[in-house]
Amino acid sequence: MSREGLWLKSGPFSLHIQSRERAVSHAIACLYRDHALSASDFADFHVEIARAAGVRRWLKPQIQFHLDGRTPFKPLPHAQSFAMLEWGLNWCIATYCQQFLVIHAAVVERNGMAAILPAPPGSGKSTLTAALIQRGWRLCSDELTLIDPGTGKVVALARPVNLKNDSIDIIRAFEPTAVFGPEYPDTHKGRVAHLRPPRQSVERASEAAKPRWVVFPQWAAGEPLNLTALQRSAAFIQLAENAFNYNMLGETGFRTLADTIDRCDCLALRYSRLDDAIRAFDGLADEAMA
Amino acid sequence: MIRDAVLPLLRDPTLAASMRLSEWDVVIRQARNANLTARIAADLELRGILDRVPHAPRQHLIAARAVGARQKIATLAEIERVRRALSEFGLRLVLLKGAAYVAAGLPVARGRVFGDIDLLVDRNRLPDAESALMMHGWISTHLDEYDQRYYRQWMHELPPLRHMNRGSALDVHHNILPLTARHPPDAKLLLDAAIPAAESPGTWVLAPPDMVLHSACHLFHEGELDNGLRDLVDLDGLLRYFASQEGFWSTLEARAAALHLERPMRYALRMCSLMLETPVPASTLAFGGGWPADLRERLLEQLYLRGLRPNDPTAGDAWTPLARHLLYLRGHWLRMPPHLLVAHLSRKAWRSWSGRDDRDDVPAPEAIKPDKQV
Repeated sequence: MSREGLWLKSGPFSLHIQSRERAVSHAIACLYRDHALSASDFADFHVEIARAAGVRRWLKPQIQFHLDGRTPFKPLPHAQSFAMLEWGLNWCIATYCQQFLVIHAAVVERNGMAAILPAPPGSGKSTLTAALIQRGWRLCSDELTLIDPGTGKVVALARPVNLKNDSIDIIRAFEPTAVFGPEYPDTHKGRVAHLRPPRQSVERASEAAKPRWVVFPQWAAGEPLNLTALQRSAAFIQLAENAFNYNMLGETGFRTLADTIDRCDCLALRYSRLDDAIRAFDGLADEAMA
Repeated sequence: MIRDAVLPLLRDPTLAASMRLSEWDVVIRQARNANLTARIAADLELRGILDRVPHAPRQHLIAARAVGARQKIATLAEIERVRRALSEFGLRLVLLKGAAYVAAGLPVARGRVFGDIDLLVDRNRLPDAESALMMHGWISTHLDEYDQRYYRQWMHELPPLRHMNRGSALDVHHNILPLTARHPPDAKLLLDAAIPAAESPGTWVLAPPDMVLHSACHLFHEGELDNGLRDLVDLDGLLRYFASQEGFWSTLEARAAALHLERPMRYALRMCSLMLETPVPASTLAFGGGWPADLRERLLEQLYLRGLRPNDPTAGDAWTPLARHLLYLRGHWLRMPPHLLVAHLSRKAWRSWSGRDDRDDVPAPEAIKPDKQV
């Protein structure tokens, strides 16, 4: 990885990753175990995780994310090398992939139908996604929902799921066989760990999925499960607010979002227990097949 | 080793039809770095060869095209808002650079991506312009006392303004070179010769030769060349377009002399013809004597050949970092007399050494929040 780098396929993208940091190669070996290598003649993003220069290098080493020789972010403590790679790659996709409508949302699939889960941080979106993919739903993405304006379908990424703080323990307890990468105790987001995407999700990443549900999840301590229909107009606005490039895409953005909402049942989900939430999702999938 | 991927394609977009995937790999990296992806997409689309680009690199061109198209609409809307704000104080909006190319509907605006709107006002009306813009929501971004003084005393522009709701940035200039430069041109000459912008009613742009000269003096007085190649592409586009106007080249020479901008113009023509094969009449190219007239020009040519290439590792060689550094120092040297320069650079060095970075608000990597754009 330090010299030639690693050419990796991640959904529709080819990534060329270079780093001399062992923490990065270890985490990649663990979390991207099932990912295919890509041909080394074209990469969408050539990235590098390397130590920041300067006096601090020996005292308190920091690391930098490089894209094409530029460093778009401030450096982070050395211990967060791999977390920075993941954030940086998300940033690359959100910044440069305007061929898609890019929504800040998780997306999972069952029977070819996709459930889009937009939600502000703290709503328990990643926790729910992590639980769903341990129970038969396919992971398309935990952070970025990509919709192809040409086909109206969701394009899968199948990247590791980023879990924070208590969510890490909740998922470890929920599914003891789930594989996690290293834990980073003190990031700017608190404690962070990444969950390895299920092998099947990675192998099926090239299968696009039709949007079928837009579900706004909200974890609420002690509350019974409550799944209510949302007005389409309200869902449209909330989804637009969660899209990175809705305004940027102009008419294309509007058309793609309107088509997505038209094809979907729009729902608000409040829950306190993951098992209940999964049952509700399974119910939606069964109902749609019937 | 310098690998020229994007330069040949800018010179001859039809090469795209036969390029291999590994060549596209370098083109996309260099183009993205130089902010020229949308421009290349526009070039290929114009010639009907965008569809012949292999799928993976084509996605990047399509993505960049969307950004370029949106920027054009957003820029025209923003120009109109600035025009209205200034008109309340009886001020005329004279646009510079990218915004001017869009407003004037010039071919060089195709796929031109830029971050801010530059305008030129009469120095005596600067307080009026500032008040008008402030009343419409544009506020100063550099609130540090030193920065304010640096801009107001020495520079040719106000500290950048940013709109508090829309986030759009404005650079208000009262000249095209710093007041501390050796021979700042007479800005009144530029304002008097300004012409109406074809595609943005009620706004003005510099006359064709002045537009070229401003672009040249911006590029060859500037120490930071992050957008150096894009600015050279602008110059190439302007020269090719205006060349068809009767007497353009002789007017350009006369204006360069009147504005004391012979030197940046000489460098601009030289680098354009060298890197982008811009057709320039031999007599104009030899303006001020054959090239290189002296050792300094020979050295500058080598420095600019490196500094103007994309700032991508594939587009540089072992000398590139040194070349960039020397050009950076040269830019500052031209900006201000030595005693100011030493004070200013020491301050910048101290800031970066002490961890107080000068760079504008760099987002933390998690800050990929959906942004509310214009």
